[in-house]
Amino acid sequence: MEVAAVFLPLAGYLIVALFGRTIGDKGSMAITTIGVSLAMVLSIIIFFNQIGAEPYTVTLFTWISSGTFEVAWALKIDMLTAVMLATVNIVSAMVHIYSVGYMHHDKAKPKFFAYLSLFTFFMLMLVSADNLVQLYFGWEGVGLASYLLIGFWHERQSASGAAVKAFLVNRVGDFGFALGIFAVFVLFGSVQYDAIFAGAGALADARFEFLGMEFHALTVACLLLFMGAMGKSAQLGLHTWLPDAMEGPTPVSALIHAATMVTAGVFMVVRLSPLFEYAPIALGFVCVIGAATAFVAATIGLTQFDIKRVIAYSTMSQLGYMFFAAGVSAYNAAMFHLMTHAFFKALLFLGAGSVIHALSDEQDMRKMGGIWRMIPYTYAMMWIGSLALAGIGIPGLFGFAGHYSKDLILESAYGAHSFVGDLAFWLGIAAAIMTAFYSWRLLFLTFHGTPRADDRVMAHVHESPWIMLGPLVVLALGAIFAGALGYGAFGGYSMETFWGDSIAEAAFVATEAAHHVPFWVKVLPVIMGLSGIALAYLFYIQMPHLPARTVAAAGPVNRLFFNKWYFDEIYDAVFVRPAMVIGRGLWKGGDGAIIDGLGPDGLAATTRRAARRVAALQTGYVYHYAFVMLIGVVVFVSWYLYAVSG
Amino acid sequence: MGEWPILSLTTFVPIVGAGFIFLLARGSAETVARNSRYMALWTSLITFALSLFIWFEFDRSTAEFQFVEHVEWFPDLGIAYHMGVDGISMMFVLLCTVLVPVCVLASWESIKDRVKEYMISFLILETMMIGMFCALDYVVFYIFFEGVLIPMFVIIGVWGSGSRRVYAAFKFFLFTLLGSILMLLALLAMYLEAGTTDVPTLLATEFGYEMQIWLWLAMFASFAVKIPMWPVHTWLPDAHVEAPTAGSVILAGVLLKMGGYGFLRFSIPMLPEATEYFTPLVYTLSVVAIIYTSLVALAQEDMKKLIAYSSIAHMGFVTIGMFTLTTQGIHGSIFQMLSHGVVSAALFLAVGVVYDRLHSREIARYGGLWNNMPRYGIVFMIFMLASVGLPGTSGFVGEFLSLVGAFQVNTWVAFLASTGVILGAAYMLYLYRRVIFGRLVKEDLKGFSDLSFREMAVFAPLLVLVFWMGIYPTSFIDVMDASVAQLIENYEAALQAAADREALDAAVAASQ
Repeated sequence: MEVAAVFLPLAGYLIVALFGRTIGDKGSMAITTIGVSLAMVLSIIIFFNQIGAEPYTVTLFTWISSGTFEVAWALKIDMLTAVMLATVNIVSAMVHIYSVGYMHHDKAKPKFFAYLSLFTFFMLMLVSADNLVQLYFGWEGVGLASYLLIGFWHERQSASGAAVKAFLVNRVGDFGFALGIFAVFVLFGSVQYDAIFAGAGALADARFEFLGMEFHALTVACLLLFMGAMGKSAQLGLHTWLPDAMEGPTPVSALIHAATMVTAGVFMVVRLSPLFEYAPIALGFVCVIGAATAFVAATIGLTQFDIKRVIAYSTMSQLGYMFFAAGVSAYNAAMFHLMTHAFFKALLFLGAGSVIHALSDEQDMRKMGGIWRMIPYTYAMMWIGSLALAGIGIPGLFGFAGHYSKDLILESAYGAHSFVGDLAFWLGIAAAIMTAFYSWRLLFLTFHGTPRADDRVMAHVHESPWIMLGPLVVLALGAIFAGALGYGAFGGYSMETFWGDSIAEAAFVATEAAHHVPFWVKVLPVIMGLSGIALAYLFYIQMPHLPARTVAAAGPVNRLFFNKWYFDEIYDAVFVRPAMVIGRGLWKGGDGAIIDGLGPDGLAATTRRAARRVAALQTGYVYHYAFVMLIGVVVFVSWYLYAVSG
Repeated sequence: MGEWPILSLTTFVPIVGAGFIFLLARGSAETVARNSRYMALWTSLITFALSLFIWFEFDRSTAEFQFVEHVEWFPDLGIAYHMGVDGISMMFVLLCTVLVPVCVLASWESIKDRVKEYMISFLILETMMIGMFCALDYVVFYIFFEGVLIPMFVIIGVWGSGSRRVYAAFKFFLFTLLGSILMLLALLAMYLEAGTTDVPTLLATEFGYEMQIWLWLAMFASFAVKIPMWPVHTWLPDAHVEAPTAGSVILAGVLLKMGGYGFLRFSIPMLPEATEYFTPLVYTLSVVAIIYTSLVALAQEDMKKLIAYSSIAHMGFVTIGMFTLTTQGIHGSIFQMLSHGVVSAALFLAVGVVYDRLHSREIARYGGLWNNMPRYGIVFMIFMLASVGLPGTSGFVGEFLSLVGAFQVNTWVAFLASTGVILGAAYMLYLYRRVIFGRLVKEDLKGFSDLSFREMAVFAPLLVLVFWMGIYPTSFIDVMDASVAQLIENYEAALQAAADREALDAAVAASQ
């Protein structure tokens, strides 16, 4: 069953990849969608079976076995994996179904669905790995699928550029990840999770040499591994690819760049939590990076006009929340938010896709507005998604999904009573008000006010078909109820039996502390959310002239936010252009002028002068030279051997 | 099976086939060409079938040389015709026998002039390459090792594509010959010391420290040029650019591995103390090679040059891996050589596909080929990804294991070499984007047809290998495991013995 849950999407991919032409568009869509839907059903069964059950591993066959370096293809099923399997497969199935409608006009449907299924397979391999190398396999695999899907409309220059950028920025993270795996292998003599976790305690104080200096071994290993997580989960510094990734079709943004792939970094830190627990400095770093990302991404989200980019920055910001939760050891809170976020963010993206679909592929919110009556279902879905994202609810009574998970994260940060915890809490609170503000800014700009699209587009505005709305409803149910239903198990009274050994025990301590924070900490996030909404209402409905004035007043700050803190420009100037210049310099100067100039060409020039004197011997045929040389060698060898022996 | 000289058969069947082509292919130019092609294809396929016996009959549990043939040649001089393979060399033989039929098939239509001579050269080349990997006598090895040069030189010089092909052929020849002469000196010096050129005997011979240093340098000159290491690599891009497609395939696929094989068969086991002494040098040159050539590759405008530079970078991982003298490092390095043999061969074939259509290697003249050549796009992508070391393809295993080895020995080396993983992705994706993605606007590309059946047949075996090696590398690592273990064991024992000797000498000196 586990095998089927993971490999059905691969089967779907292979069938379509090999026989796509024979079975046609409809066949391809049906096969991939059915494959993933079956996988979804199976993984839900696995999830429920796993409650209170022992973890187990299904080993398929050996992958790499080199001396003591042994890696097998295996599926490790515990609660953490089960949660991920279910989340990934549910969102993936919904996205497959939605895409049947969304990609209606596209001419390369089999390719699209094949890639989606391939992505799903890699993601499932990633979450069910029982060792770091298979994790890396899934990791690089989802990166590949992301590359293929971002560049799906490869004829657009910007799309293929964004695809390459995504792959390369992720490679920078993977560079650290790979070094981290090497470090773990050197320290533990194994890359199996079980062996690593069993040995972590004994190595708690171990030191080892890295790059000529001596460090606390586990801190170095964890920081290197985390570098990979920063790339994949678009954390500050390695985040520049994510907004550009919005070049891909919207269902891709929902599945890969919101709900699943980008959360792989969070999953990795949680999966390795028994290791990270022994590296407090690394955890502090995770916490700071997460908090900074949550804040910076929110500031950028305030100023963007592309509907998808706003949601992309919001994703980045929410990933920051998950990381700082992990950074204060509240791994269960991180996973809880990962799960609820998957629902409401996929909902928001698919809703945005529905809007874009309705407005003839318009993505600029400045050209939207005044359409809520025309697409009421989509409008309602976007409201639900935004309410869940902003974490609105009545404490102690009921709230949308994000209300439970985000509050638990903020409470854990506060409850940590550490410097990084406090920092994360306050940056998180600041991000919370901004989150609510830009979410309603998005709603108001997109749906309310006077229509700003031209008449031709407005005449064409239409509600999406049910094949697209259906998945939205499923996700919306998740966005409404996932928090309330999951709270007890993920972060409440039954969390210890629910999680078992799949996450570090420190998580329960951290959550316990979170339960005992002062009352104001518990209500502050909701107050912030409501204030954000109120502000957005003030800015975009009540006094529509305010935004322009604020922008003018905030001049340089606004420019900083709007230009995404100039990360792209800096990287371009520091890394990209110099690499090209140096490459050209080494080629023409190093290889051409120095090595060849002094070596063969210089020598050849000298030889040529000498050769003129023996020009009589030249015939001009290349193979004559060859033969002469061969004969020379043979004669020389024979003479020498006979002289020596003789 | 035991008495059957399978290695000699595999080695010399191609040259016999070449003889048949020479004698039998007669008639009109058309007939000669067709007959030569078919005879070359059949010869290479028969050779491949023979080599499969080696694969299946090979005993994976032992580090001993297998299928040994020993015939006295110059008994007075201690030189014999001695052939045999172990876990290190066996798979290189198969690499040769797989690639040659692929090359013959790839040259089917692109070579139109002097087809007969071309096919003869290729089959002679095959004999030389296989012989080199099987030889267990230094003189026999040397003859094959140098013999490879001649047909390759002719292939580049005669059937090369560019105006600079003679320059390239000479550059190739001179660079490698320079190294060869030094290796010849090393050969003679070892012969004078040991009184034999028998490889197993030489492996057991201990050379003095001073002598090891000089021998090591002499051999290094030869192998470093072949592999090639920075800074003696500049012949490779020129040779690749000018060579015909199949020439590039063999050059990248097999010839570069001769250097790596030389290190593993001669330098490291025969000269352990010198190896230890020079390891930092090798690391330095390899790391420089990885970063330097990757950056250079990024700036290339010529597809073949780009892939040629990428080969140098990939060989940097090979030299790092083997000189770590760890199990993972050496496994990785051999695996990387085999994988690179398949992947770079395929990449050159992929370039050949579009070169045959447009007769240009300039990247800027392409773009948007996905639109009319989707199958080509997929094939190219798979090999591109294997080249950047995506897990699940063959490229990953070798690169990763080499780096695992490196990290155990020296974190700086692992750190710097790993940057090659980023740069490698950068130049390959950049190349792919410029050739395959984008709008199809250039008029002269619009008429391109997708891969033909023959072209698919060329790629098919390589595709199978890339995935097989990526998903179940165990079948290959098993083969080398025993021999590699013995190599490391002997190396460590030799170093230990040397250290003991030194300690003893010191003790004696102190007591006097």
